[in-house]
Amino acid sequence: MAMHTDHKRSDELPDVRVDNQEEVKMKKTVFLGALTIAGLAAGAAAAGTLDDVKARGTLNCGVTTGLVGFAAPDSNGEWNGFDVSVCRAVAAAALGDPTAVEFVPTTGKTRFTALASGEIDMLARNTTWTFSRDVDLKFEFVGINYYDGQGFMVPRDLGVSSAKELDGATVCIQTGTTTELNLADFFRANNISYEPVPIETNAEAQQQYLAGACDVYTTDASGLAATRATFENPGDHVLLPEIISKEPLGPLVRHGDNEWADIVRWTLNALITAEELGVTSTNIAELAAGTNNPEINRLLGTEGTLGEMLGLDAEWSKRAIMSGGNYGEIFAKHIGESTPIGLARGLNAQWTDGGLLYSPPFR
Amino acid sequence: MTTLTDPPQGSFKVSMLLNDTRYRSYTFQFIALILLIAAFAYLGSNLAYNLAEAGLNISYGFLGEPAGYDINQRLIEYTSQSSHWDATIVGVLNTLLVAFLACVTATILGVIAGVLRLSNNWLISKLMSIYVEAFRNVPVLIWIIIIFTVITAVLPGARAYLGEDPDVDLTLGMFAFTNRGIYIPAPVLGSGGMAVVVILLASIMAMFAYRSYAKKLLFNTGRLLPMAWPSVAILILPAVIAFYVLGQPITLDTPDPLANRFNLRGGIQIGAPLIALWFALAIYTGAFIAENVRAGIQAVSKGQTEAAASLGLRPNRVMNLVVLPQALRVIIPPLISQYLNITKNSSLAIAVGYADITATLGGITLNQTGRAIESVLLLMLFYLVISLSISTVMNLYNRAVSLKER
Repeated sequence: MAMHTDHKRSDELPDVRVDNQEEVKMKKTVFLGALTIAGLAAGAAAAGTLDDVKARGTLNCGVTTGLVGFAAPDSNGEWNGFDVSVCRAVAAAALGDPTAVEFVPTTGKTRFTALASGEIDMLARNTTWTFSRDVDLKFEFVGINYYDGQGFMVPRDLGVSSAKELDGATVCIQTGTTTELNLADFFRANNISYEPVPIETNAEAQQQYLAGACDVYTTDASGLAATRATFENPGDHVLLPEIISKEPLGPLVRHGDNEWADIVRWTLNALITAEELGVTSTNIAELAAGTNNPEINRLLGTEGTLGEMLGLDAEWSKRAIMSGGNYGEIFAKHIGESTPIGLARGLNAQWTDGGLLYSPPFR
Repeated sequence: MTTLTDPPQGSFKVSMLLNDTRYRSYTFQFIALILLIAAFAYLGSNLAYNLAEAGLNISYGFLGEPAGYDINQRLIEYTSQSSHWDATIVGVLNTLLVAFLACVTATILGVIAGVLRLSNNWLISKLMSIYVEAFRNVPVLIWIIIIFTVITAVLPGARAYLGEDPDVDLTLGMFAFTNRGIYIPAPVLGSGGMAVVVILLASIMAMFAYRSYAKKLLFNTGRLLPMAWPSVAILILPAVIAFYVLGQPITLDTPDPLANRFNLRGGIQIGAPLIALWFALAIYTGAFIAENVRAGIQAVSKGQTEAAASLGLRPNRVMNLVVLPQALRVIIPPLISQYLNITKNSSLAIAVGYADITATLGGITLNQTGRAIESVLLLMLFYLVISLSISTVMNLYNRAVSLKER
């Protein structure tokens, strides 16, 4: 409307002729900033994430605001953890430098906006792969790096031994997560009541739970174990036996840039396959010289052109595996049984060991 | 526009649009308007384009779908199977609840502190100065968190009240102060209970009628009727008599420490987030209102006070009958904006997990459905409507008390 009016008027107003079409194009860059309020403007510019990352020289990776074992800065301010290792592996594969990662802490609420708006290139933050997130929110889950389920933690002195005994309890829950919906479903299905206390971050939940403002803390069982490990007296708190949901956690990227999604997906698969094939950070240098196992050779780039197909060099997966070890090494180092978090492999063992980890073949 | 196409003089030339001061401002305003419209049209089309590019659309269909989450503080019936729209309404009512409570409390605090700050008593006026300066110069978010943390840390846990032999007994057998909130008894209306409530409401109106009659009589004839004891009598006696005549139809539902192993059951629970938000908003905004009140009082000419005193009025009557009525005219306009501030600041509820509209519609619903633009637009609309309504009501009141110039 406005532009039409202006065109009609422009012959009457010779001194102030403005071609609005031109004007609009010129102002495009100015307005782009304003438009990211909706967090969607940059979604259109999704294609070419790899080029963006290479041009920038760093990978922007969304992680939690701090969950020990999964993603938390250590005393030197270095981010460490299970999810962080995935970011580092991708950075090593794409940029050749596992430290070229800018970690962006996100809450359960801000993570999707951050990814959709292009503020981060990938999200590795205990995020459950669900239908609506994949389809409706337009994200691409590239795989599963942790098979989890929602559990409950209660103080031992409450004497509760089953989640079904929690009728009337006050429950701390991180808002904006799938756990919030599972919790409502679980209590409704068992016809018992509860009082939700919505919490923004894990640290806040921990504080509320320890102060007794809630009787129960519920989140993914791995998160509960990680949180409990940081308590002064972890033994005073028990995890209830019920696991009330499936929570397949994995890294995700924006919909629509399949090349970038492939890089993240196959970096994760490389870590998993490396464990399956017995490639570790200690023997990789030796194996990379060439072996008589063609699968290992293809994985490490001494045979075939898999790296080239991804738009990377031949050694991409070697660097990814060297950045923190294979999947098993990463698991053992950050959240395994020898760490304070003490998680068993369980479902997260290789398929050959009775677990669910099963990477598609490298060929 | 009309000036451009329909000039008052026949000898209008296009160059006059720039050279003639009568038209120049219109020309520039017109250009600015076009640019503004173009800018908004561009933003809108860019949004639509990018949404389409991402395969998304604008739709409010999600409001009818089940919300799937529970809300701890609700004024209307709500379960996790209610729709997102119901969750939105729960949020709106919670926003209005905390805004109303905080506005009333802030006004009371503000008027008291504002009057006392002008006190001749050095200690009192200095104490009030400290209150005003301390509270209005610290962000309200900090106050909300401080109060919430104090409640959680200082008050006993709910479990201390539970069981046959609790660590802490109910205060007066009916009140409990836990770190999850305060439990108070809830009135339960039996048969005839409604009649008592109606009688009480009627007595309140009767009391105001009596007071205005007494005031009128005083102004017209100079006869002074007793005020205090008849007011109290009219207010209380009929309701008390009705209560006993109808056989005590109203009972109290007190919090029960035995019903549940985790929490007190029964009574009314005022959650810790509501308390923290309410008091933080009240004391913070109260400090601003105190300054408005002080300014209003100081705006009343000293001659008024002196004239009233020379007529023999005592100091509190000078304040109530002469100074405050005139000061109100100065106080009310800034008071409106303080009320609007309270309403808008109540969106900080999210810091303590109070389920206001920002937390339900703008928080959980937005997150679970991913409908960011729709939710935020709706959220803006709600705040706009609430704020404009408050503003309208207060402006009507302002018109009623403002100086009538004849």
